[in-house]
Amino acid sequence: MATAEEEEDGGGGGGCCLRPFSCEQGLLSRPDGSAAFIQGDTSVLAGLYGPGEVKGSKELPDQAALEVLLRPKVGLPAVTPRLGRGGGAQREQLIRRTCEAVLLGALHPRTAVTLVLQVLSDIGSLLSCCLNAACLGLLDAGLPLASLFCGVTCALRPDGRLLLDPTARQEQEARAVLTFAIDSADGKVLAATAKGSCSAEELQQCLAAAQRAAATIFRFYRDSLRRKYSKW
Amino acid sequence: MATAFKTVEPLEYYRRFLKENCRPDGRELGEFRATTVNIGSITTADGSALVKLGNTTVICGVKAELAAPPVDSPNKGYIVPNVELPSLCSTRFRPGPPGEEAQAASQFIADVIENSQIIEKEDLCIANGKLAWVLYCDIICLDYDGNILDASTFALLTALKNVQLPAVTVNEETGLSEVNLKQKNPLIIRKHPVATSFAIFDDTLLIVDPTAEEEDLATGTVTIVTDEEGRLCSVHKPGGSPLTGAKLQDCITRAVTRHKEVKKLIDKVIKSIQPK
Repeated sequence: MATAEEEEDGGGGGGCCLRPFSCEQGLLSRPDGSAAFIQGDTSVLAGLYGPGEVKGSKELPDQAALEVLLRPKVGLPAVTPRLGRGGGAQREQLIRRTCEAVLLGALHPRTAVTLVLQVLSDIGSLLSCCLNAACLGLLDAGLPLASLFCGVTCALRPDGRLLLDPTARQEQEARAVLTFAIDSADGKVLAATAKGSCSAEELQQCLAAAQRAAATIFRFYRDSLRRKYSKW
Repeated sequence: MATAFKTVEPLEYYRRFLKENCRPDGRELGEFRATTVNIGSITTADGSALVKLGNTTVICGVKAELAAPPVDSPNKGYIVPNVELPSLCSTRFRPGPPGEEAQAASQFIADVIENSQIIEKEDLCIANGKLAWVLYCDIICLDYDGNILDASTFALLTALKNVQLPAVTVNEETGLSEVNLKQKNPLIIRKHPVATSFAIFDDTLLIVDPTAEEEDLATGTVTIVTDEEGRLCSVHKPGGSPLTGAKLQDCITRAVTRHKEVKKLIDKVIKSIQPK
């Protein structure tokens, strides 16, 4: 168990800080890789199987077939009230394509990699927490990756102020909520999605803030991995 | 010879073209396919539009029904979008329940409606807490040749602009609603969101309006939705090659330019059917 304490400001991520986050790797015995990521009160558990046998129709001749399953805390994956009818599928697609971009799938052709994300609690910034759990899951499974990635959620308050890693309440009050997946190689944008409308300048501000926050998260990844391997 | 080369090495075939700043279909990298739009194609719907982007064909029909407004917001109506990718439109889709792509596209359209506030849901309310309009926006792809999100958003917007709703009054005494089919009013469209999609080739090159073939070979896609004020209603980049902030800004600038062209086209087609 590793934790990173960040300055806190009234429960949620105040201003340009993230909520305190922590992770635990290899906590499940059956999957090939597992990780739990906790951001404030939002937590997601990732289990990763593979590279393993693939079902006929999904087999890809030149690379590993990645499948992402996002399980909500309650209800069926397809009909989560908060996400809307296709919200689950859209998020699964985003996470899968983000993982595909960094996973060196060509090294394991004709295999399947399955990533199961179980939401344990959702108090805001769920997608970024899912992305972080997914990356740590991939790391724990020891799969070859081109780079790492992390998710950062950014909210724009009605007064125009910027807020990182918002809670569910802050997300509701916000004018726009943007989520970015940032890669570790040179801080580029792997994935982006937005709720609400904002101007192009505001998007760039959010992106710059997300890139700064990403540096903190990557440092945390490094520390937690170092701690994990120093136990041996 | 060229066809054999294309079959064996599709990516290399494309790269040769892209190196010369053009594409196999003769377009430049920043050039859109011919866009055509036809409105009122479905006479039984309250509003409809058929949009073609090159070979990609999408039809949108809007059907209005009356229902009781939601309990938690009695002054609002409903907009229910749905994107269908039937097996008719491409070999990549199987018959049966909607696949991941169709579901993701439906959610994208729902997000665009929500984010852009294209219609104020309060406008759809007829009698507070009693009666409101439900707009079923069914978007069906007839021919899938890439860039389904741009075509769907365009079809949705033009179909909504084409909607004529009959006047409805609620009789105070009987509590029954009376529909006056003779008097029809258009919907109030507050914003005009227009989507612009890009495909990323070999992690660096941005090409606009990708065909299905280009989407398959590309390493990622980005879709930007802007309104007439240049505000972003949606930035949708589901994974794929990483982009820098500057590249993203480039996409936004091009999306704003594209918005002007599409807006002109919509205005023209709406004008063309108005009675003189």
